[in-house]
Amino acid sequence: MTLSLLFEQLLNGLQLGTMLFLMASGLTLVFGVMGLINLAHGSFYMTGAFVTAWVTGTTGNFWVGLLAGTLAAAAVGALVEFAVIRRLYQRDHLDQVLATFALILIFSEGTRWLYGSSPLWLNVPQSLAGSVRLPFGVEYPLYRLAIIGMGVLIAIGLYLLISRTRLGMRIRAGENDREMIGALGVDISTLYTLVFALGAGLAGLAGATIGALQSVQVGMGEPVLILAFVVIVIGGIGSIKGALVGALLVGLVDTLGRVLLPDLFKLFMEASAASGVGAAIASMLIYILMAIILIFKPNGLFAVKH
Amino acid sequence: MKKVMNAGLGLLMATAIAAPTHAEDVKIGMITTLSGGGAHLGVDARDGFMLAIEQSGRDDVEVLIQDDAQKPDVAKSLADEFVQRENVDIMTGIIWSNLAMAVIPSVVRQGTFYLSVNAGPSDLAGRLCHENYFNVAWQNNSLHEAMGEYMSTEGFDNAFILAPNYPAGTDALEGFKNRYTGELANEVYTQLGQTDYAAEIAQIRASGADSVFYFLPGGMGIAFMKQYAGSGVDIPVYGPAFSFDEIIIGAIGESAIGVRNTSQWAYDLDNAANQTFVSAFREKHGRTPTLYASQGYDTARLILSALDEAHPDDKDAFREALRAADFDSVRGDFRFGANHHPIQDIYVREVVASGDGVTNQLVGVAVEDMQDVYVDQCSM
Repeated sequence: MTLSLLFEQLLNGLQLGTMLFLMASGLTLVFGVMGLINLAHGSFYMTGAFVTAWVTGTTGNFWVGLLAGTLAAAAVGALVEFAVIRRLYQRDHLDQVLATFALILIFSEGTRWLYGSSPLWLNVPQSLAGSVRLPFGVEYPLYRLAIIGMGVLIAIGLYLLISRTRLGMRIRAGENDREMIGALGVDISTLYTLVFALGAGLAGLAGATIGALQSVQVGMGEPVLILAFVVIVIGGIGSIKGALVGALLVGLVDTLGRVLLPDLFKLFMEASAASGVGAAIASMLIYILMAIILIFKPNGLFAVKH
Repeated sequence: MKKVMNAGLGLLMATAIAAPTHAEDVKIGMITTLSGGGAHLGVDARDGFMLAIEQSGRDDVEVLIQDDAQKPDVAKSLADEFVQRENVDIMTGIIWSNLAMAVIPSVVRQGTFYLSVNAGPSDLAGRLCHENYFNVAWQNNSLHEAMGEYMSTEGFDNAFILAPNYPAGTDALEGFKNRYTGELANEVYTQLGQTDYAAEIAQIRASGADSVFYFLPGGMGIAFMKQYAGSGVDIPVYGPAFSFDEIIIGAIGESAIGVRNTSQWAYDLDNAANQTFVSAFREKHGRTPTLYASQGYDTARLILSALDEAHPDDKDAFREALRAADFDSVRGDFRFGANHHPIQDIYVREVVASGDGVTNQLVGVAVEDMQDVYVDQCSM
């Protein structure tokens, strides 16, 4: 393991982490402000990717597609909040899980009905294709570097939004005491719709950017959703700061585990058995991490007091 | 409540009465992957299979098709439904080896015939081989083994090899190493269904390998090759046809040009059965068939050839008819070994530019009359 390879893997972990942060921040906001468990969050990720692929295919411009995908996911989020989610705030978590699970099925079948079951093609834009040379002799894909940059900008933006704006003040107030903020005359239902649409938009953005690296297909959101839940449980449900730290932790542990564990097992095992066992344990690593953190911090790293 | 009970009883009676009246018809249950990242494999296998059934013009063959969504538990419960409630005579369709291992052993034990259109895990060719199980595609290792031999003869001696961590993935790398004579730069297993390969591509870059061999079927292969092309690594890439079928290279585009892959079939193979198949498939579906479609087509034609001899209710006669493999395979010569797996030529294809896109072109034969290595472990 050379220094340049390690550095490149750190970047890869960081890139996975920023993508997870986009997903997890929306999930944790919705839970923090509205107390809602939203399993359908992965569907907004998928919506963002599909609309981006479709609009990019029609207009030939990735940036128009990316904007359309993000806005479409936010709009779909607002619509779903208005039509379905609104009725769930007063229900217990089991009802919320059932209803939002039903939404996953509806979204998946709906998308399959609209676009068919074979994957759509979305490529990295020409201006971000290829790779750049970084310190330590690392050659790194420009697009992945751009994803890291975008993640940093969004983290700063979210921080400013929540700590410096009126909307952010209301979000914080809503996290602290839902009933009081309503009693003070804040239009709580508009606030909820806005927060929900913001979360959905961020998920859509994540889906659209990742769709260009992978393939855009029905059901692409669910594996990411599981990781995002791991992230917010580690970070403390409802905490944006926790989502950021948790996402980076999960991204780095997952990536480095995949690379380092097989090498570690090769020290005392035969090579091909070591890569098999290493890969198997690497895939469990983030869950082991979650279990260990929950032993010491049962409410996550940055637990929110209610 | 009483109404529900009555309706339920009614339904039960209806199926009980309906079942015997169709005894002379043949019922085929197809469980395949029609949704998710691996969908194009199942769709092509189904379309090839149904094309052959349609061409036969037989109306006494009923095919029931269900989507397993690439999930072993779904496949298992669909199989139970087919065997126990629908009383199918023959089952087929499973694409993925982990699903095959969940379904096939119990299906064939219950006396139903199973013909594999794709998955050929090593256990089913060796230790767990069964008289009612036939594989019409290949044993999993075959294409990889042929590529190992081909790359050795091409002079590569420091390959980086990569596959997902599931039965067909370990079979793939084992198969490759079987006939490959050089050194390995590294051997890496990834997660099944993984879509981000940044960590693996970084390892390839740092490994100093002279070639990359990978087996990543379906959406995994698309994601890998797209990311590989964008990473600036220019080590030549080889693989089995599963990594470079027509759909995958269509999605990868120009960066796939020059890649060589091994396959038991090519759409430009020169034989009459293949020409009929390729032109009929293109006319009906508007696309060039993949090897999965050819396997589905061959499977259906094998079943049809056996049905001409005997009905599946006469198990021994039907089994003998299958074993004879008396049909014109689109891949040329085809016969079964003692473990009911094919003995066949494995070809090499190269990805070339064609019109707006890219396509596979036949280059030559990698290994002639290839038989799997597990046949000795089969006690049949």
